[in-house]
Amino acid sequence: MSENTNTLKLELSSTPHIHSFWDTQKAMWMVVLSLVPPLISGAIFFGPYQLLVVLTSVVFCIGTEYVIRYLRKKPITIMDGSAFITGILLGLILPPNFSLVFTAIGAVIAIGLGKEIFGGLGYNIFNPALIGRAFLQAAFPVQMTTWTHTNFAVDAVTSATPLSIFKFGDAAAKSGVTLSNSFFGNISGSIGETSAIAILAAGIFLIAIKIVNWRTPLAMVISLFVFSGIFYFMDPSKYPSPLLMLFTGGFMFGAVYMATDWVTSPMTNKGMWIYGAGISLIVVVIRLFGGLPEGVMYAILIMNGFVPLINRNTKPVIFGEAK
Amino acid sequence: MFTKISGFSGGVHPEESKELTAELPIETIPLPKTVIIPLSQHIGKPALPLVKKGAVVQKGEVIAEMQGVVSVPVHASVSGTVTKINVNPHLSGSPKEAIEITASEEQTEVKMDPLDPGKINADEIRERIKMAGLVGQGGAAFPTYVKLSPPPDKKIDLLIINAAECEPYLTRDYRLIIERTSDFITGVKLLMKAAGVEKGIIGIEDNKPKAIEMLRKALSSEKSITLAVAKTKYPQGAEKMLIYVATGRKVPPGKLPMDVGVIVQNVGTSVAVFDAIVNGLPQTTATITVTGRGIKNPKNLIVPVGTQIKTVLEHCGGLTEDAAKVIAGGPMMGIPQYELNAPVLKATSGLLILNKKEARKSDQTACLRCGKCIDVCPLNLLPTKLARLSQLEKYEDAEALGVTVCMECGSCAFECPANIPLVQWIKLGKQQVFKIQRARQKA
Repeated sequence: MSENTNTLKLELSSTPHIHSFWDTQKAMWMVVLSLVPPLISGAIFFGPYQLLVVLTSVVFCIGTEYVIRYLRKKPITIMDGSAFITGILLGLILPPNFSLVFTAIGAVIAIGLGKEIFGGLGYNIFNPALIGRAFLQAAFPVQMTTWTHTNFAVDAVTSATPLSIFKFGDAAAKSGVTLSNSFFGNISGSIGETSAIAILAAGIFLIAIKIVNWRTPLAMVISLFVFSGIFYFMDPSKYPSPLLMLFTGGFMFGAVYMATDWVTSPMTNKGMWIYGAGISLIVVVIRLFGGLPEGVMYAILIMNGFVPLINRNTKPVIFGEAK
Repeated sequence: MFTKISGFSGGVHPEESKELTAELPIETIPLPKTVIIPLSQHIGKPALPLVKKGAVVQKGEVIAEMQGVVSVPVHASVSGTVTKINVNPHLSGSPKEAIEITASEEQTEVKMDPLDPGKINADEIRERIKMAGLVGQGGAAFPTYVKLSPPPDKKIDLLIINAAECEPYLTRDYRLIIERTSDFITGVKLLMKAAGVEKGIIGIEDNKPKAIEMLRKALSSEKSITLAVAKTKYPQGAEKMLIYVATGRKVPPGKLPMDVGVIVQNVGTSVAVFDAIVNGLPQTTATITVTGRGIKNPKNLIVPVGTQIKTVLEHCGGLTEDAAKVIAGGPMMGIPQYELNAPVLKATSGLLILNKKEARKSDQTACLRCGKCIDVCPLNLLPTKLARLSQLEKYEDAEALGVTVCMECGSCAFECPANIPLVQWIKLGKQQVFKIQRARQKA
């Protein structure tokens, strides 16, 4: 053998030898970046304190992951950015001016019970941020449904969310709910959920860089329009319009950030259509007929549970195989 | 004739990097001092040596004869003296027996009789292709005459020429089309005649506008050959994908192109057929692209079969400081080399030298179930699931999910954000399933 080959260290590994730009870490931090618009809208409409809520959530999510990983003597994975995302997501779906102590509790639950108990990122069944929020909803129902009006609200008396107005309010209150306010975010609601335009911008960004598969959000929107449209056309005075359903509550936020979570959503394209459609069906049922004004959180958590079943039954037909 | 066609589902868009060599004309490397010519450069039985140590041979002389039905003869690629017949490093990764020839000062060449492409018949074409030792240039190195002799019950009605060259970096086929347009088309017509078909399709990707333009001009008066231009996407050049894109026919799992009436040949093969018939040349050279950002002077080169990798790399200015990986073939499916003494084979399409940045890989994480591997799999398999089942040694389950259908194109692993070596696991699963299937057949 020549000297040339003796001194040379050549890498050997299986094909392919080149790799796309994306890896887990880059994708996660891109999602963090995409969360800037909803963070800004939350701070503008409800005040800078909301950033403190989000910060608390982030710190406790990362801390919980670190402690659990450390105790289990597992590699520390906080740099993959996923706990950071769960932290921001949980913070943004809490009511404005939420207690920092309760926020911290929610964050610990989100990471501890939502993710690490299953073995960490990639193994969890339910969306961690939604697990955190569901826990808080059960533990602190009053605080979780205490809404403040936005900094720009004309009517300073009522701080009910548009969906609870539709559920519990009178006709006069209903007429006060305008689409444009919902679109920009000048309505009561969770910190990061009210501004449809901010979430839309983030969603388009995530779809463009292919972190979000467009099928799930589109399936959700179509399904929401179909099912809520049926009731709206039967009685427009009683039921909210499909557009209002779309722009209010946690729907947009859920469609962009929660239902599209890689780990807890289906892997097949066909599965994503079924999953998205199922979420919206449950949302419509809960919002129009359930005891709660809002249902996105439960709808997604319920459909999370069906994901293994959906995956198994939506296996694509192998190329060239008879159907 | 010209058709615009729709694509296959899945696939990926790696950075092409063809600009490194696309505009460099094909050069011939200076005569190497020695060549090492493996007896096995094709799928099938190795050739049987006809020469002994010390024999004096001429370029073009048969030095090993074919053995059995699926095999090809091997020819001396330089004139000189046989200095060794022993086991040598091989591009496939496992060492194989080879004949070493030390080149003499004076080079002479023996050729076969030139034949008139207008008068020759199908049997004569196949016989000449066999005598010239031609193997497929598309990667698998299947003996060309075998591919042109399908069993009588398979009705073949179409020849497809794979001009997609879908592997990033490689530009050999592109250069051959541009520099030898009319030879290439004559080669295609000879292949059509040998296959007994009236119709030929040349499948090419739209990232080669210059080649498309030249072919369109050259084919303007040809009724029998169609040019099919597809939107660039890897792995367009995979036989199943190319056949589907060009004709809409789908080759079922476990079947061959001839089961849907198609024979696929490649650009390099077509040119080699022209040389064998019109110029009487056996296959003693390989036209290769030497490229990547780890080599100082990338080139398109004609090298004698058996030229060692290190000789080729030296001719191209040597490796750069940050060279990390030497690959025989393209970056998606090529074989990584652990040393540089192995020789270039008849079917070698290129040597790719990636620098550290090009070969970079992030750390592996747990599967995030993002489904990207499923989305990009051109054969609609479930790569992450198959890899997992292989890892768990659940080979029967992997078999049921079609692990043996995988063609290892690497789209899944290219796209995987968790950097899971999906192809590696799936390859392992395939091997184990084949083993189980063989045992089952015996029982």
